[in-house]
Amino acid sequence: MRNPRLLLAFLMFVCAGLFATQTQAQGLTVQIVNGVPSAIPITVVPFGQSAGPPPSVDIADVVSMDLNRCGKFRALPKSEIVETPTVGGEIKFPTWQQLKQDYIVVGKTSDAGNGALRADFELWDVNRQQRLLGLSITGQGSDLRRVAHQIADQIYQKIIGVRGAFDTRIAYVTAVGTGNNSQYSLIIADSDGYNPQTVVRSREPLLSPAWSPDGSKIAYVSFEHGDSAIYLQDVTTGARRLLSNKRGINGAPKFSPDGRRLALSLSFEGNPEIYVMDLGSGALTRITDNLAIDTEPEWTPDGANIVFTSDRSGKPQLYEVSASGGAAQRLTFQGQYNADASISYDGNQIAMVQGNGNVYRIAIMDKSLGGQVRFVSPGNLDESPSFAPNASMLLYASTEGPHGVLYAVSDDGRVRQRLVLSDGDVREPAWGPYRQH
Amino acid sequence: MNATARITLAALLCVGLAACAKKQEVKAPPPESGPPVSTETTTTAGAYTPADLDTDACLRQRVIYFDFDKDVIKPEFQQIIACHAKYLRDRPMARMTLEGNTDERGTREYNLGLGERRGNAVMSALEADGGQASQMNVVSYGEERPVCREHNEDCWSKNRRVEIVYTAK
Repeated sequence: MRNPRLLLAFLMFVCAGLFATQTQAQGLTVQIVNGVPSAIPITVVPFGQSAGPPPSVDIADVVSMDLNRCGKFRALPKSEIVETPTVGGEIKFPTWQQLKQDYIVVGKTSDAGNGALRADFELWDVNRQQRLLGLSITGQGSDLRRVAHQIADQIYQKIIGVRGAFDTRIAYVTAVGTGNNSQYSLIIADSDGYNPQTVVRSREPLLSPAWSPDGSKIAYVSFEHGDSAIYLQDVTTGARRLLSNKRGINGAPKFSPDGRRLALSLSFEGNPEIYVMDLGSGALTRITDNLAIDTEPEWTPDGANIVFTSDRSGKPQLYEVSASGGAAQRLTFQGQYNADASISYDGNQIAMVQGNGNVYRIAIMDKSLGGQVRFVSPGNLDESPSFAPNASMLLYASTEGPHGVLYAVSDDGRVRQRLVLSDGDVREPAWGPYRQH
Repeated sequence: MNATARITLAALLCVGLAACAKKQEVKAPPPESGPPVSTETTTTAGAYTPADLDTDACLRQRVIYFDFDKDVIKPEFQQIIACHAKYLRDRPMARMTLEGNTDERGTREYNLGLGERRGNAVMSALEADGGQASQMNVVSYGEERPVCREHNEDCWSKNRRVEIVYTAK
């Protein structure tokens, strides 16, 4: 593109495209805050199209964005993609070797009838000139972003060796307005913030959404009747069940890995303690017994233990206790304030809010590295860490001026993506489980 | 803590108390006809009526502020506790909700606990001055209901509070 006019026209086209995607996201903008030069170079060539009207979503673009924001890949910008092969046989490898690409993805879409669309794609190793994947994914024309996320998941798994988590959903809370005009919404969206759907609306605060392990339900705290109460809601049907409205605090729900129990924090016996509720019978088992604030329970992946926040030593720190009760072991010793644990699927990493002075950042303690802590957010008021199901990324809440914003950050902290609601606060993110097909 | 530190702390506390006492004089001048706002004399003054909630200089103060991550009621708020406790004694049918709040620092669920602790501290103080537990209800909103939304100490100090809300007069 040597002709400056052509370049200008191209830029305008790109800008128009950006605006279009912003509108689609209904107020959410997505931006990469920083990049990683050492990430794996990969090219996702714009998909070809066999016949019919062009798809409503640029699949290659969505795949590139997914790969970029997880921090492990560096997708070649569209403007630098000089050739557009759509099948493996059309790839001229010297071109991509010269561009220092390790991998290339090519594909095309075709009409699969009844409003469905089929995407055929191939993943190639550029240096070995070897095909690593050749798959086709069919999806509804209205849900092409999901097809793109599934393609990104396949590529991620093939190259990294761990299941991808792009085709997942997130939950979060938004707050708009102040005082009597406040409006709180519990929203679920795709993992990249697109396709937001409101699950619950309330004039009173909503907080602490927690996904059931099968992704069908969300437990959350609502102040709709004046004091806190925990509800369980089916995200598809909207059917809702009151789980707990005891005197005092009803907070911090978290499903056990098998989905049959709920850990929560209740203060009806005097001060906040951790309990486990059997979701079948509703029976409560008290896990902690201490005059301190005991809250924010998080299950270990085997369901045997619960990590929670307690200020029994004076300031909030993380402790671990058997899910059937007993003595608790303190886990954190670095930092004045450690709270709100999120545990990776393999149990090795515990993300938390670490406060020192007035600076609160997301820290990850790696159990396999002897409790060493690394920071993955810059502060100053970062909270609510939530691991992706494959622990490649975390969501957390931060503030920007008067607004609450969400970030997705790679597990090494080097790539951050901001999800901003244009009007009001976004907070309390919870990354959902793998989707069941 | 060594001796020097102890003396310094004591000196600081004295300065702090003096400053607070001075502030209180400016803030709550005794009303013309209402009861004087001190624990000793309120008990001997006439019984409060619901009208006093709008006119009495002490009863009109319904917010108690706290230090960061603390639930200790500071000396300057004892007068407010005393007059509201007297109101509860004078009006057995009166009911109040104590709404505990925190600043935005720290996690939301922990702050729910901290807000409740502050509410409970005010309830205990009112009980100690003769209010009945059955007249009071504690609700914690944690950091969910800030009155000020900037990220600085001036704002945070306004949000760390318990609000006394009468639900029956």
